[in-house]
Amino acid sequence: MEIHAYEKLWLALALVLIVGFIGTITYGAAGAGIEMIDDEGGTVDPATLDQHPKFGDPGIERTGENSYDVYVVARQFVFEPGTTQPLRVPADSTVTFHVTAADVIHGFEVVGTNANTMAIPGQVSEFTVQFEEPGEYGMLCNEYCGSGHHVMEGKIVVMEQDEFDSWYEQQQADGEAEN
Amino acid sequence: MATASGGSEFVDKFPDEAAIVKASFLIAFVSLGIGAFFGLIQALHRTNVLRVIDSADYYTVLTGHGVLLAIVFTIFFLCGVFHWAVARSLDRPAESALFSWAWVGLMTTGTVLATVAILGGFVPNLGMSADVLFTFYAPLQAHPIFYIGLAMFIVGTWLAGADWFLSYRAWRKNHEDERIPLQTFMVLTTMIMWYVSTLGVAVSVVFFLIPWSLGLIESVNPLLTRTLFWYFGHPIVYFWLMPAYLLWYTVLPKLAGGRLFSDPLARVVFLLFLLLSTPVGIHHQYLDPGIAEGFKFIAMTNTMFLLLPSLLTAFTVVASVEHGARQRGGEGYLRWLGALPWRDPAFTGMALAGAMFAAGGFSGMINAGMNINYLIHNTLWVPGHFHLTVGTAVALTMMAGSYWLVPQVTGTKLYSRPIGLLQVIMWFVGMVFMSNAMHRAGLAGIPRRTAEPQYQNFEFLTPIGSIFELRVQIALGGTLLFLSVVLFLFNILLTSLGEESDRPVDSYLPEPLSGPEGSPRVLDNLAMWTGIAAVLVVLAYTLPLAGIIQNGGGLFGGGLPVPATVSAGFDLVATTVTSAFNTLWGVVA
Repeated sequence: MEIHAYEKLWLALALVLIVGFIGTITYGAAGAGIEMIDDEGGTVDPATLDQHPKFGDPGIERTGENSYDVYVVARQFVFEPGTTQPLRVPADSTVTFHVTAADVIHGFEVVGTNANTMAIPGQVSEFTVQFEEPGEYGMLCNEYCGSGHHVMEGKIVVMEQDEFDSWYEQQQADGEAEN
Repeated sequence: MATASGGSEFVDKFPDEAAIVKASFLIAFVSLGIGAFFGLIQALHRTNVLRVIDSADYYTVLTGHGVLLAIVFTIFFLCGVFHWAVARSLDRPAESALFSWAWVGLMTTGTVLATVAILGGFVPNLGMSADVLFTFYAPLQAHPIFYIGLAMFIVGTWLAGADWFLSYRAWRKNHEDERIPLQTFMVLTTMIMWYVSTLGVAVSVVFFLIPWSLGLIESVNPLLTRTLFWYFGHPIVYFWLMPAYLLWYTVLPKLAGGRLFSDPLARVVFLLFLLLSTPVGIHHQYLDPGIAEGFKFIAMTNTMFLLLPSLLTAFTVVASVEHGARQRGGEGYLRWLGALPWRDPAFTGMALAGAMFAAGGFSGMINAGMNINYLIHNTLWVPGHFHLTVGTAVALTMMAGSYWLVPQVTGTKLYSRPIGLLQVIMWFVGMVFMSNAMHRAGLAGIPRRTAEPQYQNFEFLTPIGSIFELRVQIALGGTLLFLSVVLFLFNILLTSLGEESDRPVDSYLPEPLSGPEGSPRVLDNLAMWTGIAAVLVVLAYTLPLAGIIQNGGGLFGGGLPVPATVSAGFDLVATTVTSAFNTLWGVVA
């Protein structure tokens, strides 16, 4: 088959570009360690979410020195926690999010960051975020979830460590008092 | 036939086919008008410039916009172009006009049913709605007639494909040793890609969504129906694009004053789309839980290779256009651009569409980048991207192409070239405003698909310009785009009402510079390419689907409303396929 000289050159450059793209992305995943949302989060029964040991009473949980687990339930049209109560995390911490949806598919986006995932009934999205300076972030639902989709938002408050500690202890105490 | 020269025009030679093309275009253009009006409402509503509807109704409008433009307008137009291209390039009428009308009728009925369900959302007391957007992700539920209409529409497209394959088969009997004419080759490869990819949505709609919306099954597995949607949802992108490519390869060079550069390369490009369009759908699910990273990586790699046919197209089309310019006396490295027929709206529209497709291609590479995608997933960046691709590369090519195609099927001259020229330029300018602002808004984190992207808890920040400026650009761009559609419809309407002409348009298409003779015959072996495409799909999808079904609550999600025996049967199939695949993989690796 006759391929003109310029066509060959173009074809070669196109392939170099494509391989280059795949290379940078592979580097980002393997070298820089940018993790993807995948099937690590496991599954959950959306019908009995209320009885789930974690998602039944979602929120933050200390797992180590500076590391925490956060459980978030997205449902029409709130994040629990996040919407009625802000989601509180300490500064300079490593937080692993576990996000699921109770009713329909939602999105979970921390505005202005790459913390972004789909929230799908039956599935748990797991990803880890580093929080540094104290401050506030907005969160919003970025997948259409029904007629009130545009009001589905919330707030993440990154607190000073000692402030967070006293708030966290209070939470624990309240929780035990309820039980 | 009024005169001897009149006999060579498409409408005189193939009156039945011209009628089918006209009917397809009519439905496409009515949908375009309604869809564009909805788009105007959205552009003004979400920027808070003018709100004439409740925010809850925004999603009804958005569903109408997506379905009418991305499914009805594009695909009916495709059917018109393909029907024209097959009859023209095989130089024979369709086998049965009745059969052709049957698929037009079925697709139209499906369209009407789905549209009624969508518009029902405006009338709360009706109890019928389909506010599920173009992607209809379960467990959001639409009225059953939405899904039934959709299924009828898809089956209609299958019959349309059968119509073109029957023509080809009949042609082949008298042309045993000839190469498949290029336009027919493009139609057939596109339709094979469509058959492979619509299987996903057909299974989703027929086995899950229709029974579920009728109450026959209690629940569905949301990740499964979503994955089946995207199995079809990315190839549909190429189904939109292929009629535009057909026009760029076979018509645009002629309009530029020349001829196609290379026929073999065009064939290679269409084959690459056939092979790679489907095993990439998971790149829409980079942020989905329940799908292992490895499968996302495979989809990413395939997606990047899918850049190849588009980059090759950029070369061939630009080379062909340059050849045309030089035939017209153009010289120099770039000065030849001035020799092109810029006053012809058909040429200018397609050229601008092509230029914008390049920009859309680059923003698409960001979407395809598995990790950088996290920054823009489900933000306004994404509609910014696809308004450059389907919204301009495809839609503007279709409108521009209409200025050359419609006269061939109506037998009347184009009503106004200057209005046509104004219209295509207006589309380009409107899209420059709207799309750049959408991309930038996406980088600021502003979500897509929302009635009021104005929140209580936070403000969006943009590094350059301001959020206000972005809103103004989106509203202004959306208004220009709507006005452009009004001009287009007005021009086409007056064209069709005009007086019949012996020579409404110069419809002759010259042969390519490099013909098919020099290319290997294996390019025309459609059965082999279909087989390879099917294998690639099986490799890309078997394991992810098995995982979603086994780990994610079975075929129907939630508990197990399926009888145990049925479910065990499905599990058996899934396990068998998985282990067969593992064995195969072991042998290969």
